[in-house]
Amino acid sequence: MVRKGAKFMNTFDKLSARYTPVIGLEVHVELNTKSKMFCECDNNWFGAKPNTHTCPVCLGLPGALPVPNKKAIEGCIKIGMALGCDIPLISKFDRKNYFYPDLAKGYQISQYDQPFSEHGSITLSSGKKIGITRAHMEEDTGKLMHETVNGQHVSLIDFNRSGSPLVEIVTEPDFESAEEVKEYLQKLRAIVRYLGVADGDMEKGGMRLEPNISLRAEDQKELPNYKVEVKNINSFNFVVDAIEYEIKRHTEALEKGETPKQETRGWDEDQHRTISQRSKEEAADYRYFPEPDIPPFVWTKEYLDGLRKELPELPDAKKGRFVEQYGLTNYNADLLTRTDAMSRYFEEVVKIGKEQLVDAKTIANTIINKKIDTETVLPAELVKSIVALSQVSGVSDEELQTVLKTVLTHNEKSVADYKAGKTNAIMFLVGQAMRELKGKAKADTVRTELEKLLS
Amino acid sequence: MYGLTIAQARKKLDNKEISAVELTKASLQRLQSLDKKLNAFLTVTEETALESAKKADERIKNGDSTPLLGIPFSLKDMYLTKGIRTTAGSKVLEDYIPQYSSTVVEKLETAGAVLIGKNNQDAWAHGSSGENSDFGSTTNPWNTELVPGGSSSGPAVAVAAGIAPFSMGTDTGGSIRQPAALTNIVGLKPTYGRVSRYGTIAMASSFDTMGHFTKTVEDSAMVLSVTAGKDAKDATSSPKPIDAYTKDIDTSIKGLKIGMPKEYFIDGMDEKVKEATMSAIKKLEELGAEIVEISLPHTQYAIDIYYVLQTAEVSSNLARYDGIRYGNTREFFGDEAKRRIMLGTFVLAHGYYDAYYKRAMKIRTLIKQDFEKAFEKVDVIATPASPTTAWKIGEKVDDPLAMYLSDVFTVTGNVAGIPGLSVPAGFVKNLPVGMQLLGPMFGEKLLFQVGRQYELATKWYEKEPNL
Repeated sequence: MVRKGAKFMNTFDKLSARYTPVIGLEVHVELNTKSKMFCECDNNWFGAKPNTHTCPVCLGLPGALPVPNKKAIEGCIKIGMALGCDIPLISKFDRKNYFYPDLAKGYQISQYDQPFSEHGSITLSSGKKIGITRAHMEEDTGKLMHETVNGQHVSLIDFNRSGSPLVEIVTEPDFESAEEVKEYLQKLRAIVRYLGVADGDMEKGGMRLEPNISLRAEDQKELPNYKVEVKNINSFNFVVDAIEYEIKRHTEALEKGETPKQETRGWDEDQHRTISQRSKEEAADYRYFPEPDIPPFVWTKEYLDGLRKELPELPDAKKGRFVEQYGLTNYNADLLTRTDAMSRYFEEVVKIGKEQLVDAKTIANTIINKKIDTETVLPAELVKSIVALSQVSGVSDEELQTVLKTVLTHNEKSVADYKAGKTNAIMFLVGQAMRELKGKAKADTVRTELEKLLS
Repeated sequence: MYGLTIAQARKKLDNKEISAVELTKASLQRLQSLDKKLNAFLTVTEETALESAKKADERIKNGDSTPLLGIPFSLKDMYLTKGIRTTAGSKVLEDYIPQYSSTVVEKLETAGAVLIGKNNQDAWAHGSSGENSDFGSTTNPWNTELVPGGSSSGPAVAVAAGIAPFSMGTDTGGSIRQPAALTNIVGLKPTYGRVSRYGTIAMASSFDTMGHFTKTVEDSAMVLSVTAGKDAKDATSSPKPIDAYTKDIDTSIKGLKIGMPKEYFIDGMDEKVKEATMSAIKKLEELGAEIVEISLPHTQYAIDIYYVLQTAEVSSNLARYDGIRYGNTREFFGDEAKRRIMLGTFVLAHGYYDAYYKRAMKIRTLIKQDFEKAFEKVDVIATPASPTTAWKIGEKVDDPLAMYLSDVFTVTGNVAGIPGLSVPAGFVKNLPVGMQLLGPMFGEKLLFQVGRQYELATKWYEKEPNL
């Protein structure tokens, strides 16, 4: 994206230094359960013909009643556990009442004051902790489509999505930059994917993002007295763009001595800016009350312990282990643990490679540098090719030995230095040999072979 | 052939004295001849009724003899019936034809009962007289200038007038027990969670119960044995196994302790109704029960909190009728529905929730505890079912508060979730009076036993209106 006005940007950078962004985030994660949240409808409706994955419950027909999906609730609790949340022993659903054509019942079943999980955190690479206020369960709405049918502008409703399970994860206003938000989102997505409870597929609306943004003056301790929410963003990059756009917009307003209006805005992808949607005065009163159709949940400690045991090793833990156990760099360990599949692949290759004396670091480098397609290259094949690559190509062993011996004979001083303990001297010998070999052998191999000859 | 109890009809069907088709035709004829006067039916399902009756006859021929096989019945128009118009008594749903049937309807169909039609009712089950129906009031068979009670006005009258041996109603604050009392029939409000609510239009979800009207207590037990049970589609339905309701109903009530709560015999209620109830309780004593005076101290708050909590739920439950999908717009809501939507929206509004809804929930718990404590001392509680006998059509329509107070003795049962049975208990100036029997959670069996012993001793149910 091209940002207009370099001159302006300079001024902006100077001004923004006087303010600290205060950013919180709400993320809706769609769970990949087999059936929907409160009915038995197939939850795999993406791309299906409108209104083909519906029943009286998710259509909100008269008389229909919600029956909670146990798998979905467990998914929500597992997310909560993975985020280090407390899981209260008592929880319940509530009704959030508002009118919108895509809301079948005139209310959304959500959780108000007793969510399945609360008070957790995600630690960024900088060591900074982002507080998680809560991770609660709710149902998705239908989808409105505005189209022209027979020359008439009409709004159509597709209820396929209605009643899909969503987990809403709300953070404290702990972010201070768009970059922090992006890293948090990457970590969050990795976690839900590791758990296997969600696909986190942005194109399919699997994660929907709502940052709230305000600026605090450098000398200000308390939270700003306004907050701008940007609704329903479906890409990490757009979140970054929207946050940066808002920071700029707020800075300008504050510099003029104005307080930005408390409001809800939307991200306009085409115009690359946020657009006002709803002001605070119009803010809805959702008239929450306990959902009478679903009895409250009372968990036992044993039940929750059982769920906790089902949690897989999560990205941060795995990353730490990779550094510890395989001596990987933080950077490599991070790359290899971004997806559960990648980390499993790496460990599979390491296991096979061990028998052939291929070390984990070489494997890590190969997977990362050669961008190995983990879906098509079998672990055993990869080990084979690493072994092959490490052997000298282009020169026979015999030829190599001849060249190396010649080099040693012609450089007696370096040989003596090396034998006297100046191990650096070997680098000179490697260089000489490489020159003779004209790059037909690998430096690693040459060095190893020289060391053998010198020992 | 009309006016039979289920038990009587069952015997005749099993002995092949009559066929289900004949019984159904008799019901339909009775319906056609009386309904101009009574306005108890909104939809008559003659064709499908005769088809089901034929099927029932086939099953009877093959030796099947389940309690409700071949027995005609009708449904309050809250019960969804696939392919058959379901209105909830409201013009909002005037032309609504459901795509599915409620669990209760499916159970009754499987049991071979024969649906003859859908009954009139107060719109959305809001009311205690039947006058809030958008399709005209139902009249009382004992005097057609009077209300039959409500909100299950039509189903009560269908049984009271001998049109159907039983009918299904809904009871959220007394909507079965009160009209049963006003029309000399038996009305059961089951324990909350005993009968599935799935597929019945919701009034106030935490109070709604699916019950029925019959001429006798014995019949009532037979119907519950079919409708009760856990439903995977209703998360609030109980997994508790159902009792053998008809078993032991002929057992003496000797030694049972029956509580008489002083808060239910109050000044301002009809003195004659009070006396009639007292003598009904005296009868229980004669039958060997021990009468114990008890107190349910939070009774006086029940109506107040009911109108906070119930309207809150109503305002949310009616939100889906937003004019987009069911044909008619919100303009079609009647005054009472609008009143409850407004009240409910108010009590849930930001800043008012704590003062109204939350406090009401606390009192709800206290009322539940009142009953729990009482049932530590007594087996069953006996009270009047309604503070008055039937009143004149139009008498209370301009006074919603007076109308609300007609549920004063029944609403506690819904607040607490306990079962209640209204049984005919005599007459005051030729108008029926009902006695309400309240039991502990899932205590229906005990209510049937006490009710049955009382009805055998008094036979009030044999008295029929002159139509």
